[in-house]
Amino acid sequence: MKPRLVPNTLAVLVAVAVAFPILWMVVSALPVGNFRRVLTVENFALYFANSVVVALVVVIASGLIAFLSAVALTRFNFRFRTTILVLFLIAQMAPIEALTIPLFFLVRDLGALNTLGSLMLVHTAFTLPFAIWMMRGFVAAVPVEIEEAAALDGASRLTILYRVLFPLVAPGLAATSVFSFITAWNDFLFARTLIISATDNQTLPLALLIFFKPDENDWGAIMAASTLMTIPVLIFFLLVRRHLSTGLGGAVKD
Amino acid sequence: MTRRFTPLWLLLPAAAVLVPLFVYPIWQLGLISALDLRQAQVSGGQPTRYVGFANYVALFGDEQFWSVLGATVVFAAACVLATLAVGAGLAVLLTKVGRLPRLLLSLAAMAAWAVPAISGSTVWMFLFDTNLGLVNQVLRLGAYNWTYDRMTAFALVGAVVVWHSFPFVMVTLYAGIEAIPGSVLEAAAIDGAGAWRAFWQIMVPILRPLLAIVVIQSIIWDFKVFTQIYVMTAGGGIAGQNLTLNVWAYQQAFAAGEYGLGSAIGMVMMVILLVVTLLYLRTLRRSGDPL
Repeated sequence: MKPRLVPNTLAVLVAVAVAFPILWMVVSALPVGNFRRVLTVENFALYFANSVVVALVVVIASGLIAFLSAVALTRFNFRFRTTILVLFLIAQMAPIEALTIPLFFLVRDLGALNTLGSLMLVHTAFTLPFAIWMMRGFVAAVPVEIEEAAALDGASRLTILYRVLFPLVAPGLAATSVFSFITAWNDFLFARTLIISATDNQTLPLALLIFFKPDENDWGAIMAASTLMTIPVLIFFLLVRRHLSTGLGGAVKD
Repeated sequence: MTRRFTPLWLLLPAAAVLVPLFVYPIWQLGLISALDLRQAQVSGGQPTRYVGFANYVALFGDEQFWSVLGATVVFAAACVLATLAVGAGLAVLLTKVGRLPRLLLSLAAMAAWAVPAISGSTVWMFLFDTNLGLVNQVLRLGAYNWTYDRMTAFALVGAVVVWHSFPFVMVTLYAGIEAIPGSVLEAAAIDGAGAWRAFWQIMVPILRPLLAIVVIQSIIWDFKVFTQIYVMTAGGGIAGQNLTLNVWAYQQAFAAGEYGLGSAIGMVMMVILLVVTLLYLRTLRRSGDPL
Protein backbone atom coordinates (compact mmCIF):
# COMPACT_ATOMS: atom_id res chain seq x y z
CA MET A 1 0.00 0.00 0.00
CA LYS A 2 1.63 3.22 -1.17
CA PRO A 3 1.29 6.34 0.94
CA ARG A 4 -0.97 8.29 -1.39
CA LEU A 5 -2.11 10.84 1.12
CA VAL A 6 -0.25 13.79 -0.38
CA PRO A 7 -1.27 13.31 -4.03
CA ASN A 8 -4.81 12.41 -3.03
CA THR A 9 -5.21 15.52 -0.90
CA LEU A 10 -3.64 17.66 -3.62
CA ALA A 11 -6.00 16.24 -6.27
CA VAL A 12 -9.05 16.92 -4.13
CA LEU A 13 -7.90 20.47 -3.38
CA VAL A 14 -7.28 21.17 -7.07
CA ALA A 15 -10.68 19.70 -7.93
CA VAL A 16 -12.35 22.03 -5.46
CA ALA A 17 -10.40 25.03 -6.79
CA VAL A 18 -11.28 24.19 -10.40
CA ALA A 19 -14.93 23.65 -9.61
CA PHE A 20 -15.14 26.66 -7.30
CA PRO A 21 -16.12 29.29 -9.90
CA ILE A 22 -18.96 27.04 -11.05
CA LEU A 23 -20.13 26.38 -7.51
CA TRP A 24 -19.90 30.09 -6.77
CA MET A 25 -21.97 30.83 -9.86
CA VAL A 26 -24.74 28.48 -8.69
CA VAL A 27 -24.59 29.62 -5.07
CA SER A 28 -24.74 33.32 -6.05
CA ALA A 29 -27.65 32.59 -8.34
CA LEU A 30 -29.54 30.60 -5.73
CA PRO A 31 -32.03 32.99 -4.22
CA VAL A 32 -34.95 31.84 -6.35
CA GLY A 33 -35.90 35.44 -6.96
CA ASN A 34 -32.91 35.75 -9.28
CA PHE A 35 -34.17 32.99 -11.53
CA ARG A 36 -37.67 34.41 -11.42
CA ARG A 37 -36.38 37.85 -12.39
CA VAL A 38 -34.33 36.38 -15.21
CA LEU A 39 -37.12 34.24 -16.57
CA THR A 40 -39.86 36.82 -16.45
CA VAL A 41 -38.62 40.39 -16.51
CA GLU A 42 -36.19 40.29 -19.38
CA ASN A 43 -37.75 37.82 -21.80
CA PHE A 44 -35.05 35.32 -20.99
CA ALA A 45 -37.35 32.37 -21.70
CA LEU A 46 -37.74 33.63 -25.26
CA TYR A 47 -33.95 33.91 -25.71
CA PHE A 48 -33.53 30.45 -24.25
CA ALA A 49 -36.05 29.10 -26.77
CA ASN A 50 -34.25 30.93 -29.59
CA SER A 51 -30.94 29.37 -28.58
CA VAL A 52 -32.54 25.92 -28.43
CA VAL A 53 -34.12 26.29 -31.87
CA VAL A 54 -30.90 27.52 -33.48
CA ALA A 55 -28.83 24.79 -31.85
CA LEU A 56 -31.28 22.01 -32.81
CA VAL A 57 -31.46 23.07 -36.46
CA VAL A 58 -27.66 23.29 -36.60
CA VAL A 59 -27.30 19.85 -34.98
CA ILE A 60 -29.66 18.18 -37.45
CA ALA A 61 -28.38 19.93 -40.59
CA SER A 62 -24.73 19.60 -39.69
CA GLY A 63 -25.14 15.96 -38.58
CA LEU A 64 -26.86 14.81 -41.75
CA ILE A 65 -24.51 16.67 -44.08
CA ALA A 66 -21.46 15.46 -42.15
CA PHE A 67 -22.73 11.86 -42.34
CA LEU A 68 -23.04 12.01 -46.13
CA SER A 69 -19.63 13.65 -46.54
CA ALA A 70 -18.00 11.18 -44.18
CA VAL A 71 -19.36 8.29 -46.24
CA ALA A 72 -17.93 9.87 -49.39
CA LEU A 73 -14.54 10.37 -47.75
CA THR A 74 -14.21 6.89 -46.24
CA ARG A 75 -16.03 4.56 -48.61
CA PHE A 76 -14.77 5.94 -51.89
CA ASN A 77 -11.40 6.60 -53.36
CA PHE A 78 -11.28 9.55 -55.69
CA ARG A 79 -8.83 12.08 -56.95
CA PHE A 80 -8.88 14.92 -54.48
CA ARG A 81 -9.90 12.89 -51.44
CA THR A 82 -6.81 13.65 -49.36
CA THR A 83 -6.81 17.28 -50.46
CA ILE A 84 -10.42 17.67 -49.32
CA LEU A 85 -9.64 16.05 -45.98
CA VAL A 86 -6.70 18.38 -45.39
CA LEU A 87 -8.87 21.36 -46.32
CA PHE A 88 -11.43 20.32 -43.69
CA LEU A 89 -8.64 20.19 -41.14
CA ILE A 90 -7.31 23.61 -42.13
CA ALA A 91 -10.82 25.04 -42.02
CA GLN A 92 -11.05 24.15 -38.32
CA MET A 93 -8.20 26.53 -37.61
CA ALA A 94 -9.48 29.52 -39.57
CA PRO A 95 -9.90 32.76 -37.59
CA ILE A 96 -13.67 32.75 -37.78
CA GLU A 97 -13.77 36.04 -35.86
CA ALA A 98 -12.24 37.84 -38.84
CA LEU A 99 -14.79 36.29 -41.19
CA THR A 100 -17.56 38.14 -39.37
CA ILE A 101 -16.73 41.18 -41.51
CA PRO A 102 -17.48 39.64 -44.94
CA LEU A 103 -20.30 37.53 -43.46
CA PHE A 104 -21.94 40.62 -42.05
CA PHE A 105 -22.11 42.13 -45.56
CA LEU A 106 -23.19 38.82 -47.09
CA VAL A 107 -26.03 38.39 -44.62
CA ARG A 108 -27.00 42.05 -44.97
CA ASP A 109 -27.17 41.77 -48.76
CA LEU A 110 -29.38 38.72 -48.40
CA GLY A 111 -31.66 40.79 -46.16
CA ALA A 112 -31.15 38.21 -43.42
CA LEU A 113 -29.75 40.42 -40.67
CA ASN A 114 -31.60 40.04 -37.37
CA THR A 115 -32.96 36.60 -38.29
CA LEU A 116 -32.36 33.35 -36.47
CA GLY A 117 -31.93 31.77 -39.91
CA SER A 118 -28.67 33.67 -40.43
CA LEU A 119 -27.29 32.17 -37.21
CA MET A 120 -28.39 28.67 -38.26
CA LEU A 121 -26.63 29.02 -41.59
CA VAL A 122 -23.29 30.31 -40.30
CA HIS A 123 -23.16 27.81 -37.44
CA THR A 124 -23.93 24.93 -39.76
CA ALA A 125 -21.06 26.08 -41.96
CA PHE A 126 -18.60 26.51 -39.12
CA THR A 127 -19.43 23.25 -37.32
CA LEU A 128 -19.24 21.16 -40.52
CA PRO A 129 -15.46 20.79 -40.94
CA PHE A 130 -15.07 19.38 -37.45
CA ALA A 131 -18.26 17.30 -37.66
CA ILE A 132 -17.10 15.73 -40.93
CA TRP A 133 -13.68 15.04 -39.45
CA MET A 134 -15.23 13.34 -36.43
CA MET A 135 -17.90 11.40 -38.37
CA ARG A 136 -15.22 10.11 -40.69
CA GLY A 137 -13.74 8.13 -37.80
CA PHE A 138 -17.08 6.60 -36.87
CA VAL A 139 -17.98 5.62 -40.44
CA ALA A 140 -14.53 4.12 -40.97
CA ALA A 141 -15.05 1.96 -37.87
CA VAL A 142 -18.02 0.15 -39.46
CA PRO A 143 -16.84 -2.96 -41.36
CA VAL A 144 -17.43 -2.64 -45.11
CA GLU A 145 -18.53 -6.28 -45.19
CA ILE A 146 -21.88 -5.38 -43.64
CA GLU A 147 -22.68 -3.06 -46.53
CA GLU A 148 -21.42 -5.58 -49.05
CA ALA A 149 -23.69 -8.24 -47.58
CA ALA A 150 -26.64 -5.87 -47.86
CA ALA A 151 -25.68 -5.12 -51.46
CA LEU A 152 -25.61 -8.86 -52.24
CA ASP A 153 -29.12 -9.10 -50.83
CA GLY A 154 -30.12 -6.60 -53.49
CA ALA A 155 -30.39 -3.46 -51.40
CA SER A 156 -29.90 -0.23 -53.32
CA ARG A 157 -27.12 2.21 -52.38
CA LEU A 158 -29.59 4.62 -50.85
CA THR A 159 -31.19 1.86 -48.79
CA ILE A 160 -27.78 0.76 -47.55
CA LEU A 161 -26.95 4.32 -46.62
CA TYR A 162 -30.07 4.92 -44.55
CA ARG A 163 -31.12 1.45 -43.41
CA VAL A 164 -27.73 -0.14 -42.76
CA LEU A 165 -24.98 2.41 -42.26
CA PHE A 166 -26.95 5.19 -40.61
CA PRO A 167 -28.19 3.11 -37.63
CA LEU A 168 -24.69 1.73 -37.12
CA VAL A 169 -23.05 5.16 -36.84
CA ALA A 170 -25.91 6.66 -34.81
CA PRO A 171 -23.89 6.68 -31.54
CA GLY A 172 -21.07 8.50 -33.31
CA LEU A 173 -23.56 10.90 -34.79
CA ALA A 174 -24.85 11.60 -31.30
CA ALA A 175 -21.34 12.41 -30.06
CA THR A 176 -20.71 14.65 -33.07
CA SER A 177 -24.04 16.36 -32.50
CA VAL A 178 -23.04 17.31 -28.99
CA PHE A 179 -20.04 19.19 -30.33
CA SER A 180 -22.17 20.99 -32.91
CA PHE A 181 -24.72 21.78 -30.24
CA ILE A 182 -22.10 23.28 -27.95
CA THR A 183 -20.60 25.42 -30.72
CA ALA A 184 -23.97 26.84 -31.67
CA TRP A 185 -25.15 27.18 -28.08
CA ASN A 186 -22.02 28.95 -26.81
CA ASP A 187 -21.73 31.34 -29.71
CA PHE A 188 -21.35 34.94 -28.68
CA LEU A 189 -19.63 36.35 -31.74
CA PHE A 190 -22.21 35.85 -34.46
CA ALA A 191 -25.14 36.55 -32.18
CA ARG A 192 -23.44 39.86 -31.44
CA THR A 193 -22.68 40.61 -35.09
CA LEU A 194 -25.74 39.43 -37.00
CA ILE A 195 -28.58 40.14 -34.56
CA ILE A 196 -28.16 43.88 -34.21
CA SER A 197 -31.55 45.34 -33.49
CA ALA A 198 -34.24 42.65 -33.33
CA THR A 199 -34.31 41.96 -29.60
CA ASP A 200 -36.91 39.23 -30.08
CA ASN A 201 -34.38 37.20 -32.05
CA GLN A 202 -31.62 37.51 -29.47
CA THR A 203 -29.96 34.34 -28.20
CA LEU A 204 -28.74 33.54 -24.69
CA PRO A 205 -25.15 34.87 -24.70
CA LEU A 206 -26.32 38.37 -25.51
CA ALA A 207 -29.29 38.17 -23.21
CA LEU A 208 -26.75 37.65 -20.45
CA LEU A 209 -25.27 41.05 -21.14
CA ILE A 210 -28.63 42.74 -20.56
CA PHE A 211 -28.00 42.47 -16.83
CA PHE A 212 -24.76 44.41 -17.07
CA LYS A 213 -25.81 47.95 -16.31
CA PRO A 214 -23.74 51.10 -16.25
CA ASP A 215 -24.73 52.03 -12.69
CA GLU A 216 -24.75 48.63 -11.04
CA ASN A 217 -24.53 45.15 -12.50
CA ASP A 218 -27.32 42.80 -11.44
CA TRP A 219 -24.94 40.03 -10.41
CA GLY A 220 -27.63 37.77 -8.98
CA ALA A 221 -29.43 37.76 -12.31
CA ILE A 222 -26.19 37.44 -14.29
CA MET A 223 -25.22 34.37 -12.28
CA ALA A 224 -28.71 32.88 -12.60
CA ALA A 225 -28.65 33.43 -16.37
CA SER A 226 -25.11 32.01 -16.61
CA THR A 227 -26.23 28.96 -14.66
CA LEU A 228 -29.22 28.40 -16.94
CA MET A 229 -26.93 28.70 -19.93
CA THR A 230 -24.36 26.29 -18.52
CA ILE A 231 -26.65 23.45 -17.43
CA PRO A 232 -27.50 22.04 -20.89
CA VAL A 233 -23.84 22.09 -21.94
CA LEU A 234 -22.75 20.38 -18.73
CA ILE A 235 -25.28 17.60 -19.24
CA PHE A 236 -24.24 17.03 -22.85
CA PHE A 237 -20.58 17.15 -21.93
CA LEU A 238 -20.96 14.43 -19.34
CA LEU A 239 -22.82 12.34 -21.92
CA VAL A 240 -19.88 12.34 -24.36
CA ARG A 241 -17.13 12.22 -21.76
CA ARG A 242 -15.52 9.19 -23.32
CA HIS A 243 -15.26 10.71 -26.80
CA LEU A 244 -13.53 13.86 -25.61
CA SER A 245 -9.93 12.79 -25.92
CA THR A 246 -10.46 11.07 -29.27
CA GLY A 247 -12.20 13.95 -30.96
CA LEU A 248 -9.31 16.40 -30.46
CA GLY A 249 -11.85 18.81 -29.07
CA GLY A 250 -11.30 21.38 -31.79
CA ALA A 251 -14.89 22.49 -31.97
CA VAL A 252 -15.47 23.09 -28.33
CA LYS A 253 -13.82 26.40 -27.66
CA ASP A 254 -14.33 29.64 -29.49
CA MET B 1 -18.84 0.92 -56.70
CA THR B 2 -21.17 1.71 -59.51
CA ARG B 3 -20.28 4.53 -61.84
CA ARG B 4 -23.55 6.39 -61.48
CA PHE B 5 -23.29 6.71 -57.72
CA THR B 6 -20.26 8.91 -57.37
CA PRO B 7 -19.01 10.25 -54.04
CA LEU B 8 -19.43 13.76 -55.41
CA TRP B 9 -23.18 13.58 -54.86
CA LEU B 10 -22.54 12.81 -51.22
CA LEU B 11 -20.22 15.81 -50.89
CA LEU B 12 -22.63 18.14 -52.64
CA PRO B 13 -24.59 19.21 -49.53
CA ALA B 14 -21.37 20.06 -47.70
CA ALA B 15 -20.15 22.06 -50.69
CA ALA B 16 -23.49 23.85 -50.93
CA VAL B 17 -23.03 25.12 -47.37
CA LEU B 18 -19.28 25.62 -47.23
CA VAL B 19 -18.63 27.35 -50.55
CA PRO B 20 -20.98 30.31 -50.00
CA LEU B 21 -20.53 30.57 -46.22
CA PHE B 22 -16.87 29.70 -45.70
CA VAL B 23 -14.83 29.85 -48.91
CA TYR B 24 -16.53 32.91 -50.37
CA PRO B 25 -16.19 34.95 -47.12
CA ILE B 26 -12.44 34.21 -47.05
CA TRP B 27 -12.18 35.54 -50.59
CA GLN B 28 -14.31 38.52 -49.63
CA LEU B 29 -12.14 39.22 -46.58
CA GLY B 30 -9.14 39.53 -48.88
CA LEU B 31 -11.13 41.72 -51.25
CA ILE B 32 -12.45 44.07 -48.56
CA SER B 33 -8.92 44.44 -47.19
CA ALA B 34 -8.04 46.07 -50.53
CA LEU B 35 -10.95 48.51 -50.40
CA ASP B 36 -11.47 51.89 -48.86
CA LEU B 37 -14.55 50.71 -46.99
CA ARG B 38 -15.58 52.78 -43.99
CA GLN B 39 -18.86 53.73 -42.39
CA ALA B 40 -19.44 56.49 -44.97
CA GLN B 41 -19.15 54.00 -47.84
CA VAL B 42 -21.28 51.37 -46.10
CA SER B 43 -24.14 53.78 -45.56
CA GLY B 44 -23.83 54.89 -49.20
CA GLY B 45 -22.58 58.44 -48.61
CA GLN B 46 -19.36 57.90 -50.53
CA PRO B 47 -18.30 55.55 -53.32
CA THR B 48 -16.21 52.52 -52.41
CA ARG B 49 -12.73 52.69 -53.90
CA TYR B 50 -10.15 50.04 -54.62
CA VAL B 51 -6.97 51.04 -52.81
CA GLY B 52 -4.69 48.05 -53.32
CA PHE B 53 -2.36 47.56 -50.39
CA ALA B 54 -3.06 50.95 -48.81
CA ASN B 55 -4.77 49.39 -45.78
CA TYR B 56 -1.77 47.14 -45.21
CA VAL B 57 0.66 50.03 -45.62
CA ALA B 58 -1.34 52.05 -43.09
CA LEU B 59 -1.49 49.04 -40.77
CA PHE B 60 2.21 48.21 -40.85
CA GLY B 61 3.05 51.88 -40.40
CA ASP B 62 0.83 52.08 -37.35
CA GLU B 63 2.63 51.80 -34.04
CA GLN B 64 -0.50 50.30 -32.47
CA PHE B 65 -0.41 47.35 -34.87
CA TRP B 66 3.02 46.27 -33.65
CA SER B 67 2.08 46.75 -30.02
CA VAL B 68 -1.16 44.74 -30.47
CA LEU B 69 0.69 42.05 -32.40
CA GLY B 70 3.28 41.88 -29.63
CA ALA B 71 0.57 41.70 -26.96
CA THR B 72 -1.21 38.94 -28.88
CA VAL B 73 1.93 36.84 -29.18
CA VAL B 74 2.98 37.31 -25.54
CA PHE B 75 -0.57 36.70 -24.25
CA ALA B 76 -0.99 33.56 -26.37
CA ALA B 77 2.46 32.27 -25.40
CA ALA B 78 1.80 32.83 -21.69
CA CYS B 79 -1.59 31.10 -21.95
CA VAL B 80 -0.11 28.14 -23.85
CA LEU B 81 2.74 27.70 -21.35
CA ALA B 82 0.44 27.97 -18.34
CA THR B 83 -2.15 25.64 -19.91
CA LEU B 84 0.51 23.04 -20.66
CA ALA B 85 2.13 23.27 -17.24
CA VAL B 86 -1.19 22.93 -15.44
CA GLY B 87 -2.58 20.30 -17.83
CA ALA B 88 0.55 18.14 -17.85
CA GLY B 89 1.09 18.50 -14.09
CA LEU B 90 -2.45 17.40 -13.34
CA ALA B 91 -2.27 14.56 -15.88
CA VAL B 92 0.73 13.17 -13.98
CA LEU B 93 -1.04 13.78 -10.67
CA LEU B 94 -4.04 11.77 -11.95
CA THR B 95 -1.83 8.72 -12.38
CA LYS B 96 -0.75 8.88 -8.74
CA VAL B 97 -4.10 9.12 -6.95
CA GLY B 98 -6.86 6.78 -5.88
CA ARG B 99 -10.11 6.29 -7.73
CA LEU B 100 -12.25 8.81 -5.87
CA PRO B 101 -9.84 11.80 -6.06
CA ARG B 102 -9.31 10.98 -9.74
CA LEU B 103 -13.04 10.99 -10.40
CA LEU B 104 -13.45 14.28 -8.54
CA LEU B 105 -10.65 16.00 -10.42
CA SER B 106 -11.84 14.63 -13.78
CA LEU B 107 -15.38 15.81 -13.16
CA ALA B 108 -14.24 19.26 -12.02
CA ALA B 109 -12.02 19.64 -15.08
CA MET B 110 -14.81 18.40 -17.34
CA ALA B 111 -17.15 20.98 -15.86
CA ALA B 112 -14.66 23.82 -16.38
CA TRP B 113 -14.21 22.65 -19.97
CA ALA B 114 -17.94 22.59 -20.56
CA VAL B 115 -18.76 26.03 -19.19
CA PRO B 116 -19.51 28.37 -22.12
CA ALA B 117 -16.85 31.04 -22.62
CA ILE B 118 -19.35 33.76 -21.87
CA SER B 119 -20.64 32.29 -18.60
CA GLY B 120 -17.08 31.51 -17.53
CA SER B 121 -16.16 35.13 -18.20
CA THR B 122 -19.10 36.52 -16.24
CA VAL B 123 -18.42 34.28 -13.22
CA TRP B 124 -14.77 35.28 -13.04
CA MET B 125 -15.76 38.92 -13.50
CA PHE B 126 -18.07 38.56 -10.53
CA LEU B 127 -15.37 36.86 -8.44
CA PHE B 128 -12.96 39.71 -9.22
CA ASP B 129 -15.53 42.51 -9.18
CA THR B 130 -14.22 45.78 -7.74
CA ASN B 131 -16.90 46.32 -5.12
CA LEU B 132 -18.78 43.05 -4.68
CA GLY B 133 -16.17 40.48 -5.69
CA LEU B 134 -15.31 37.63 -3.35
CA VAL B 135 -11.59 37.92 -4.06
CA ASN B 136 -11.32 41.53 -2.96
CA GLN B 137 -13.33 40.77 0.18
CA VAL B 138 -11.30 37.72 1.15
CA LEU B 139 -7.96 39.35 0.42
CA ARG B 140 -9.14 42.63 2.03
CA LEU B 141 -8.04 44.56 -1.04
CA GLY B 142 -10.79 47.15 -0.72
CA ALA B 143 -12.10 48.41 -4.04
CA TYR B 144 -9.21 47.14 -6.13
CA ASN B 145 -10.00 47.24 -9.85
CA TRP B 146 -8.46 44.22 -11.57
CA THR B 147 -9.10 45.43 -15.11
CA TYR B 148 -7.70 48.93 -14.62
CA ASP B 149 -4.07 47.90 -14.93
CA ARG B 150 -3.06 46.38 -18.27
CA MET B 151 -1.09 43.49 -16.78
CA THR B 152 -3.60 42.41 -14.15
CA ALA B 153 -6.38 42.60 -16.75
CA PHE B 154 -4.42 40.35 -19.12
CA ALA B 155 -3.54 38.04 -16.23
CA LEU B 156 -7.20 37.75 -15.21
CA VAL B 157 -8.34 36.98 -18.76
CA GLY B 158 -5.42 34.55 -19.10
CA ALA B 159 -6.48 32.76 -15.94
CA VAL B 160 -9.96 32.23 -17.37
CA VAL B 161 -8.52 31.00 -20.67
CA VAL B 162 -6.27 28.52 -18.85
CA TRP B 163 -9.17 27.40 -16.66
CA HIS B 164 -11.20 26.74 -19.82
CA SER B 165 -8.49 24.99 -21.77
CA PHE B 166 -6.27 22.97 -19.41
CA PRO B 167 -8.83 20.11 -19.21
CA PHE B 168 -8.28 19.27 -22.87
CA VAL B 169 -4.53 19.00 -22.25
CA MET B 170 -5.03 17.06 -19.04
CA VAL B 171 -7.48 14.54 -20.51
CA THR B 172 -5.41 13.99 -23.65
CA LEU B 173 -2.08 13.61 -21.87
CA TYR B 174 -3.57 11.41 -19.14
CA ALA B 175 -4.89 9.07 -21.81
CA GLY B 176 -1.42 9.10 -23.36
CA ILE B 177 0.36 8.35 -20.09
CA GLU B 178 -2.08 5.54 -19.30
CA ALA B 179 -1.19 3.98 -22.64
CA ILE B 180 2.53 3.80 -21.69
CA PRO B 181 3.28 0.21 -20.62
CA GLY B 182 3.57 0.07 -16.85
CA SER B 183 6.75 -2.00 -17.09
CA VAL B 184 8.62 0.95 -18.62
CA LEU B 185 7.82 3.23 -15.69
CA GLU B 186 8.49 0.44 -13.18
CA ALA B 187 11.90 -0.20 -14.70
CA ALA B 188 12.68 3.50 -14.34
CA ALA B 189 11.55 3.45 -10.71
CA ILE B 190 13.76 0.44 -10.01
CA ASP B 191 16.68 2.30 -11.57
CA GLY B 192 16.02 5.00 -9.02
CA ALA B 193 14.44 7.67 -11.22
CA GLY B 194 12.22 10.05 -9.26
CA ALA B 195 8.86 11.35 -10.51
CA TRP B 196 10.51 14.44 -11.99
CA ARG B 197 13.12 12.52 -13.97
CA ALA B 198 10.62 9.84 -14.99
CA PHE B 199 8.43 12.59 -16.41
CA TRP B 200 11.13 14.38 -18.41
CA GLN B 201 13.19 11.40 -19.52
CA ILE B 202 10.52 8.78 -20.15
CA MET B 203 7.05 10.24 -20.52
CA VAL B 204 7.95 13.34 -22.52
CA PRO B 205 9.91 11.46 -25.22
CA ILE B 206 7.20 8.81 -25.56
CA LEU B 207 4.39 11.37 -25.59
CA ARG B 208 6.19 13.69 -28.00
CA PRO B 209 3.72 13.35 -30.90
CA LEU B 210 0.77 13.82 -28.57
CA LEU B 211 2.45 16.80 -26.92
CA ALA B 212 3.08 18.40 -30.29
CA ILE B 213 -0.59 18.11 -31.18
CA VAL B 214 -1.66 19.54 -27.83
CA VAL B 215 0.84 22.41 -28.08
CA ILE B 216 -0.17 23.49 -31.56
CA GLN B 217 -3.86 23.06 -30.85
CA SER B 218 -3.39 25.32 -27.80
CA ILE B 219 -1.43 27.89 -29.80
CA ILE B 220 -4.27 28.10 -32.31
CA TRP B 221 -6.95 28.49 -29.62
CA ASP B 222 -5.07 30.98 -27.50
CA PHE B 223 -4.12 33.07 -30.49
CA LYS B 224 -7.82 33.40 -31.31
CA VAL B 225 -9.22 34.14 -27.85
CA PHE B 226 -12.11 36.51 -28.40
CA THR B 227 -15.09 36.20 -26.07
CA GLN B 228 -13.15 36.34 -22.81
CA ILE B 229 -11.24 39.48 -23.79
CA TYR B 230 -14.23 41.13 -25.40
CA VAL B 231 -16.51 40.56 -22.43
CA MET B 232 -14.13 40.84 -19.49
CA THR B 233 -12.28 43.97 -20.61
CA ALA B 234 -15.37 45.55 -22.20
CA GLY B 235 -14.12 45.28 -25.78
CA GLY B 236 -10.35 45.55 -25.34
CA GLY B 237 -9.70 47.37 -22.12
CA ILE B 238 -9.18 51.00 -21.18
CA ALA B 239 -7.89 52.87 -24.25
CA GLY B 240 -7.51 49.52 -26.00
CA GLN B 241 -4.75 48.35 -23.65
CA ASN B 242 -5.98 44.73 -23.74
CA LEU B 243 -6.57 44.40 -27.47
CA THR B 244 -5.37 41.34 -29.33
CA LEU B 245 -5.39 41.06 -33.13
CA ASN B 246 -8.72 39.25 -33.22
CA VAL B 247 -10.56 41.70 -31.01
CA TRP B 248 -8.86 44.65 -32.70
CA ALA B 249 -9.95 43.49 -36.17
CA TYR B 250 -13.51 43.18 -34.92
CA GLN B 251 -13.47 46.55 -33.18
CA GLN B 252 -11.93 48.35 -36.16
CA ALA B 253 -14.72 46.99 -38.35
CA PHE B 254 -17.80 47.08 -36.15
CA ALA B 255 -16.99 49.77 -33.58
CA ALA B 256 -14.85 52.20 -35.60
CA GLY B 257 -16.49 51.46 -38.97
CA GLU B 258 -13.08 50.81 -40.57
CA TYR B 259 -14.11 47.66 -42.45
CA GLY B 260 -11.17 47.74 -44.87
CA LEU B 261 -8.59 48.10 -42.13
CA GLY B 262 -10.34 45.48 -39.96
CA SER B 263 -10.23 43.03 -42.88
CA ALA B 264 -6.52 43.70 -43.36
CA ILE B 265 -5.93 42.79 -39.70
CA GLY B 266 -8.08 39.70 -40.27
CA MET B 267 -5.91 38.70 -43.22
CA VAL B 268 -2.79 39.02 -41.07
CA MET B 269 -4.44 36.65 -38.56
CA MET B 270 -5.35 34.31 -41.39
CA VAL B 271 -1.76 34.11 -42.61
CA ILE B 272 -0.30 33.57 -39.12
CA LEU B 273 -2.80 30.81 -38.33
CA LEU B 274 -2.24 29.17 -41.71
CA VAL B 275 1.47 28.89 -40.94
CA VAL B 276 0.74 27.37 -37.54
CA THR B 277 -1.77 25.00 -39.13
CA LEU B 278 0.73 23.81 -41.72
CA LEU B 279 3.13 23.02 -38.86
CA TYR B 280 0.26 21.12 -37.24
CA LEU B 281 -0.37 19.11 -40.40
CA ARG B 282 3.29 18.19 -40.62
CA THR B 283 3.18 16.98 -37.02
CA LEU B 284 0.05 14.93 -37.68
CA ARG B 285 1.69 13.32 -40.69
CA ARG B 286 4.74 12.46 -38.64
CA SER B 287 2.72 10.99 -35.83
CA GLY B 288 1.26 8.68 -38.44
CA ASP B 289 -2.37 9.73 -38.48
CA PRO B 290 -3.60 8.33 -41.79
CA LEU B 291 -5.40 10.85 -43.94
